[in-house]
Amino acid sequence: MTALGHILRRREAGIALMIVIFCLAVGAYKPQFLTLDSARIILLLTPLIMIGAMGQMLVILARHVDLSMGSMMALAAMASGMMFRYAPDIWWPLGFVLSIGVGMALGLVNGLLVTVFRLPAIIVTLGTLNLYRGLTFIMSDAKQIDRQYVPSALKAMSQTSPILGIPWIIFMSFGVALLTWWFVMHTRLGRQIYALGSNPVAAPLRGIDVTRVTLIVFAISGALSGLAGIMYASRWGFVNPSNTGSGFEFQVIAAVVIGGVSINGGVGTVLGTVLGVLLLGCVAAALPLLGIPGTTQNAIYGSVILAALLIDRLVRLQGQRSMLKGARI
Amino acid sequence: MTTGTPQIAVTRDAAPPRPGWHVALVRPEAMTLVLLIIGIFAGSQLSEFFLDINYILKSFTISAEFAIVALVLTMVIIAGEIDLSPAASMALSACLFAWAQDAGLGMPLAIAVGLGAGLLMGLFNGVMVIALQLPSIIVTIGTLILYRGLAQVIAGDKSIRVPDWFIGIDKIMVAGIPLPVVIFVVLSLLLGLVLGMTIFGRQIYLIGTNEEAAKHVGIRTRRIKMTLFIMMGLASAVAGLMTASRLGSVRYDLGLGGELQMVLMAMLGGTYIFGGRGTILGTFLAAWLLVIVSTGMIVANVLPAWQLCVLGVLLIVSIIATNFIYSRTQR
Repeated sequence: MTALGHILRRREAGIALMIVIFCLAVGAYKPQFLTLDSARIILLLTPLIMIGAMGQMLVILARHVDLSMGSMMALAAMASGMMFRYAPDIWWPLGFVLSIGVGMALGLVNGLLVTVFRLPAIIVTLGTLNLYRGLTFIMSDAKQIDRQYVPSALKAMSQTSPILGIPWIIFMSFGVALLTWWFVMHTRLGRQIYALGSNPVAAPLRGIDVTRVTLIVFAISGALSGLAGIMYASRWGFVNPSNTGSGFEFQVIAAVVIGGVSINGGVGTVLGTVLGVLLLGCVAAALPLLGIPGTTQNAIYGSVILAALLIDRLVRLQGQRSMLKGARI
Repeated sequence: MTTGTPQIAVTRDAAPPRPGWHVALVRPEAMTLVLLIIGIFAGSQLSEFFLDINYILKSFTISAEFAIVALVLTMVIIAGEIDLSPAASMALSACLFAWAQDAGLGMPLAIAVGLGAGLLMGLFNGVMVIALQLPSIIVTIGTLILYRGLAQVIAGDKSIRVPDWFIGIDKIMVAGIPLPVVIFVVLSLLLGLVLGMTIFGRQIYLIGTNEEAAKHVGIRTRRIKMTLFIMMGLASAVAGLMTASRLGSVRYDLGLGGELQMVLMAMLGGTYIFGGRGTILGTFLAAWLLVIVSTGMIVANVLPAWQLCVLGVLLIVSIIATNFIYSRTQR
C-alpha cells in the first residue's frame, strides 16, 4: 500500500475530512467563515477543551471515565483565585502551581477510590463531581472571584501573542497535546495505558502495575483539569463557584469520543482527539454566524457524541468483518 | 434471595450453607434500614418538629419524582445496564408537555405528548444500547446532553406556565397522604412484586448475573432490556409531569442533577453496581433514608453546598459498603 493510502485509511483522515466538509459547507453559505479571523475565533474556543480532552483521553484509554473534571477545574481555579485575592502581590505563576497541584490531588482521590475499593469510575466520579462542586461553594463562601483580583499578567496570556496574533494559551494547549503525544507514544508508562485499556485482565499478567497506572492516569486527568481551571481564570478573568467548569466534562467527553477514542479502551490517538476538539470548535464558531441561537449548543453536542459513537461502532463492525474474511481465506 | 441459587462446585468444595439469620440480616437492605432508624433518631434530636409524620410526608413529595424513577433504575442496574439520562428525560417530556398545551393542544393530548416523548426517549436509549451494542454508560451520557439540550431548544431560557388546575399534585391528599407519596408506594409494591415474584423479574436477575448464560437458557435478553429502557423513559415522563404539576411551571433545567439522587437511591438501597443483585425494598427504604437525611440537614440549617457534599460522599460510601457486604456473602 502506498504511503498516501495509509494516511487515507486512518481514522483521523475521516475526522479531518468532516472538518473540511463542515467548514466548506458553512463557508458556502457565509463566506466570512473561511477567513483567518474566524480561524482565530475557532482556536480561541478550544484551549480549555483541548487540555481537558488530553486528560480524559488517557482516562478513557485506560477503560475508565472521569465525570468530575468540571468540578475539579472549578475547585482548582477557585483555590488560585482566592490566593490571588488574599495575596495580590504574589508571584502570579504560583497560580499555575497551586491549580495543577489541587487538581492532581483531587484526581488522586478519584484514582484511589477506583483502585483501592475497586469501584466503577463512573459512580465514583459522579459522586466526586458533586462533592468537589460542593467544596468549591464552601471554600469560596459562594462568592465569585472578580476581575480585579485576577492578575493582569495572567489575563494577558489570553490576549497578548508571541506570534501571528495567536495568544499564549493556544500555544500552551498545543504544547500539552504535543507532550501527551510524546507521553503515550514514547514512554513505557504511556504504552502501558494502552495495554491496560485493551485488556485489563492480560495487563497484570504481562507485569503491568495496574494500580499504579490507574492512579497516574486519574492524577494526570486531575492535574490537567487544574491547568484548565487557571486558564479559565486567564481566559474569562473571573472564577465563579457555580458557572466555572459546569458541563465541561461533557464537552470534553464529546471531543474525545468524536476524536475516535474508543470507549472500550485501548484505542485512540492524540491527533484524533485534537481534531475532535477542533471540530467542536468549528461547530461552536459556526452557530452564531448561521444565526442559530446558543440554546441549541447542548443539543448539537449531544447529537454529535451519539453520531460519533455510531460511527465508531460501524468502523469496528467493518473491522470485524474484514478480519473474518481474512480468516476464511 | 441467595438461598435458592444452586451451588455449582465441580472442582472445589461448596462452602457450608449460611445460617438462616445470616442470610436474613447480613444484606445491604438491613444496612439501609439501620441507617434509616439512626437517621430518624438523629433527626428527632435535632428538632422536636422533625418527628411530625405530616412534615416528613410533605418533604417526601419533593423527592418522590426522583424516587419513582429510581425504582425502575434499580431494575435497569440489576439487569447490568445503567441509565444516566432520566433527569434530562424528565425535563424534555415536561417541556414538550408544557409546549404542547401552550400551543393550544388539549390537555389529554398534551399529556399524551409528554408520555409519548418519554417512551420514545427510552426506546432511543434502548436501540442505541441493545441493537447497536454500545455501552449504556456512554450512550446515556450522550442522550443526557441531547435530551437536556432539546429541552433547552424547546423552552429557551423562559419558563412555561402550566394551567392552574394542573398545578398542585403534592397538595392532593389520599387518606391524609400526599398523592406523589401514594404513587411511589403503590409503584414500589407493584415493581417489588414484578421483580421478586414473576418470571420476568427472575430473568432480570439472571441477565445481570451472567448475560451469556441467560441467552443460552433461552431468555430473550434483548427484549427484556428493551422493555426496561422503555419503562425507564415512561417513568421519567411521569416524574417530569409530576414535577411540572408541583412547580407550576416548566423550565429546561427541571430536575437538573437528579441523576445523582436517583443513582444514590439505588446504591444506598444495596443494588449491586455490576448487576444481578438488589431489591426494590432496598431502593424503597433508601428513598426514605435520603428524605430523612436531606430534611434533617434542612432542619439543622446545613448549607446547600454541604448537602451536595454529603450526597456525593454518601454515594461513594454506600457503594463501598454494598460491595463489602456482597463480597462477604458470596458463595
